[in-house]
Amino acid sequence: MDYHSPASFAEASALAANATGITRFLAGGTDVLVQLRSELVTPDTLIDIKKINGVRDITRNADGSWTLGIAATGAEMSEHPELGRDWPGVVEAMDLIGSTQVQGRATPTGNLCNGSPAADSVPAMVAAGVTVTVTGRDGTREVAVEDIPTGPGKTSLAKGELISAVNIPARGENGGDAYLRFIPRTEMDIAVVGVGVNLRLDGDTITEARVSLGAVAPTVLLVEDCAKAIIGSTLDDASMEALAAAASAACNPIDDKRGTIAFRTEVAGVLAKRAAKIAYARAKGEDA
Amino acid sequence: MALDDRKSDFTFVGTRPNRPDGLDKVTGRAKFGADAYAPGMLHGAILRSPHAHARIVKIDASKAEAHKDVKAVVTRADFADVPFKPGLEGEFYNVLENVMAGEKALYDGHAVAAVAATSALAARDALKLIEVEYEVLPHVTDVDKAMAPDAPVIREGAADYSVPEGMHPNVVRYHESGHGDLEAGFAEADLIIEDSFVTEATHQGYIEPHACLAILGNDGKGELWCTTQGHWIAQKTCAALLGIETSQLRVTASEIGGGFGGKTTVFIEPVALALSRKANRPVKLVMTRSEVFRATGPTSSASMDVKIGMKKDGTISAAQGIFRLQGGAFPGAPGDMTAMCAFAPYNLTNVKQIGYDVMANRPKQAAYRAPGAPMGAFAVESVIDELCNKLGLDPVEVRLKNAAHEGTKASYGPTYERIGLVETLEAAKAHPHYSAPLKPGQGRGISCGFWFNHGGETSVSLALSEDGSAQVMVGTPDIGGSRASMALMAAEVLGIPYENIRVTIADTATLGYNDVSHGSRVTYASGLATIKAARHAVEKLCERAAAKWGIPVDAVKWENGCAVPSGPNAGDFDPMPLADITADMGRTGGPISGHFEATPEGAGVSFGTHIVDAEVDPETGKTSVTRYTVIQDAGKAIHPTYVEGQYQGGAAQGIGWALNEEYIYGEDGRLQNSIFLDYRIPVASDLPMIDTVIVEVPNPGHPFGVRGVGETGIVPPLAAIANAVSNAAGVRMKRLPMSPPRILAALKDNG
Repeated sequence: MDYHSPASFAEASALAANATGITRFLAGGTDVLVQLRSELVTPDTLIDIKKINGVRDITRNADGSWTLGIAATGAEMSEHPELGRDWPGVVEAMDLIGSTQVQGRATPTGNLCNGSPAADSVPAMVAAGVTVTVTGRDGTREVAVEDIPTGPGKTSLAKGELISAVNIPARGENGGDAYLRFIPRTEMDIAVVGVGVNLRLDGDTITEARVSLGAVAPTVLLVEDCAKAIIGSTLDDASMEALAAAASAACNPIDDKRGTIAFRTEVAGVLAKRAAKIAYARAKGEDA
Repeated sequence: MALDDRKSDFTFVGTRPNRPDGLDKVTGRAKFGADAYAPGMLHGAILRSPHAHARIVKIDASKAEAHKDVKAVVTRADFADVPFKPGLEGEFYNVLENVMAGEKALYDGHAVAAVAATSALAARDALKLIEVEYEVLPHVTDVDKAMAPDAPVIREGAADYSVPEGMHPNVVRYHESGHGDLEAGFAEADLIIEDSFVTEATHQGYIEPHACLAILGNDGKGELWCTTQGHWIAQKTCAALLGIETSQLRVTASEIGGGFGGKTTVFIEPVALALSRKANRPVKLVMTRSEVFRATGPTSSASMDVKIGMKKDGTISAAQGIFRLQGGAFPGAPGDMTAMCAFAPYNLTNVKQIGYDVMANRPKQAAYRAPGAPMGAFAVESVIDELCNKLGLDPVEVRLKNAAHEGTKASYGPTYERIGLVETLEAAKAHPHYSAPLKPGQGRGISCGFWFNHGGETSVSLALSEDGSAQVMVGTPDIGGSRASMALMAAEVLGIPYENIRVTIADTATLGYNDVSHGSRVTYASGLATIKAARHAVEKLCERAAAKWGIPVDAVKWENGCAVPSGPNAGDFDPMPLADITADMGRTGGPISGHFEATPEGAGVSFGTHIVDAEVDPETGKTSVTRYTVIQDAGKAIHPTYVEGQYQGGAAQGIGWALNEEYIYGEDGRLQNSIFLDYRIPVASDLPMIDTVIVEVPNPGHPFGVRGVGETGIVPPLAAIANAVSNAAGVRMKRLPMSPPRILAALKDNG
């Protein structure tokens, strides 16, 4: 196994482009090292990208948007004084992953690139409209988070490409987001269903909404029918029921050791309602 | 053990000093199984079957053997030829067959070969060089399917004499007991409920994986360091499997990071010894968590039918149960224990229980805290709860009405001596928890539970030092604070402070035989032996004092750590403290020690009653346990904090078993969830504060009244939680674990 620690994303990209066999990028390592130790994935080339300058930075840009370095951890996001005020759903989703120790290493970029449909931070980022900057041999491009995963363990990143930054939009006025997941325990578990909701209000009426589901299909889903169900509403009972129905209808889950098709389909609707209520209250400026 | 020498007032017993191993454990100084190293040490790794059931056609290890880092490869041929004996009589054969497969791989994860190499990584990589040709065979993992006529046969001839004719060869033992006239009893009932229940296999979930360091030379002399609940059984078994003399293998028990019954046998130890013998180097073997789940001993899965008849006043008029337990690809599932414990809390006129021991393509079950009892209690106590609901009766009153007491003929045969079930039920009734109001969506559950407790072969040695301190050598690994309890009991007899006594878990070369730390026996049996050994030393102390005073020895008695004249006629001497006698013991007759060896028989059965409140989310089926109270008879709590720890631990493990823990097998017979992410043991935040009430009804079979407390605490939780959840959800839950998908499905089915 070859280990590299490049000083720039261009160098990292070139290393990956020229590598043969299995290549993995190492940021927090909370998936890569675990998979290595359990012999699920034994990379031929390991490219450590957390020594590149600035990769731990969390920056608020002049327009109110945010840029996260690819090695910014869950713990750093949770402890940031401003980020969670703008995007509580994104920060809470990341914070649900693993233990305190894991939080000190794990990154949303890694969570995304691992390609798990059950990744907690991903539905929250999709709902929030987050994009990532992808660096390859021909320079950089910006890609919506929902376009990165293509199936369990698979991404749309080409050979030689890697994520070099995470871009979170400006929160703007009267917006709120939330993420909820279902696990049979209270922590230290993996989502059986995850739902991210992000919305904006004009008065009491929802004018914009994005709803994302995790662990109910081969990839995290952005569900437009869920958004349609609540846009134009005040999140009254009828729109909530329509939201739940749309969420359940969008599910394409599997029966496995973590949950059944029937359970995931039902609970996706339940969590969509609960997450929407929280996001709505946050958009109203209420504590939730 | 006579009643008349039992103490009832204590100086040290009943206090709560810090455990002597506490500092070592919180600072990392304690040495666990994986913490041993030796010069020239190799690292072992085990190749495991990916198939649930397969004939091993050929193993070609030549590539692995040729690798420069590999120093030894072993297969079944490297072990002693233990003759085949069917059933439990051939337990050495079963263990050998389990630690290294013979002709067939019998379950996913079954060991088929092992290597020793210069590093752990090299050993792991070398496994990939071993080529195994398998002929895959049909498999079965479910207990009911394993008993069906068309089930694949796991091993012909494994059944013993007890199995009725015509049963499938996978049924290897049969138990039937009871008394009275069932038919007449059911005829007297005002309401009869008959129902079926299922529990999945669960793992003990000890945090420390199995680990050992083995050294075995060609001269047949060996040393073994391992994490175990019993190093003498490890010594005996390993010696048999390796074909060496028992006494030539010295086994030392490491500190143990949990066992709960799962470390009462051997898995990797004989393999490490075989590798060491072949490589002529020390070999260390450490299991991964996945290996622990796949290839050590979880508890049995169970399928059960229970029928109980009750009169309107709550009297149980008749009860019967059929308990089918699956224990992996070997005999040993405790169907007999399940049957014998199931109705044991009750004073029944008409009762019958049947237990089956059934083999399937799963790992060999091992003991798990009161093995077999929790499942039976789940089925029986669920039916009693349903009868109480239907007849509008209070569940504690009904249990009090039917409770066994001194003189009751137990459902499994014997007549009870003094027992404390009624006292636990009275304490439950009086406890504020039982009368606390429930919130909407919450339900309350009650259950009683029983366990036999065990004595077992026991040796203890106690030696006094010149400065008046004492060292106690016991042979039962400390799995629950027992060193503290032994020191308290020795302090009580000797009359010297707790802090002046050091208790050591002796290795097999330095003490006589000791049975395993199991059966809730340690505080009872090693405690009894410690008391007797201390009394033996006290006799000698009195002799020395008598000699110094020039009076007969029967004119001296021992009081508060001093020899004193036994009465005014014995003479007028100042009390002679222990340290004054030991100071010159070399010149007054030599070192003073005390010893005791026996197989104590008066363990004293144990009962508990649990009260649980649970809340079910009707939209997701998720359960929260909101309040939990354990009430159990300890006989006499030597160290109350560690008694409470046992109560809380049993409840915590029971919550996991009831709600989320389970072995999940795929269609291919492979275990699907062999990591803690997917084998859902409770985390700290899943548990409420578990309140405890220690009831003390002294055991006549122990000098201080001790009853073992380690196991009974896991018997009531499955039923108590199921009753709470069923009452909260409004639907009877008959299958464990009551995971959210199962509860949600039951709620939907119930409309």
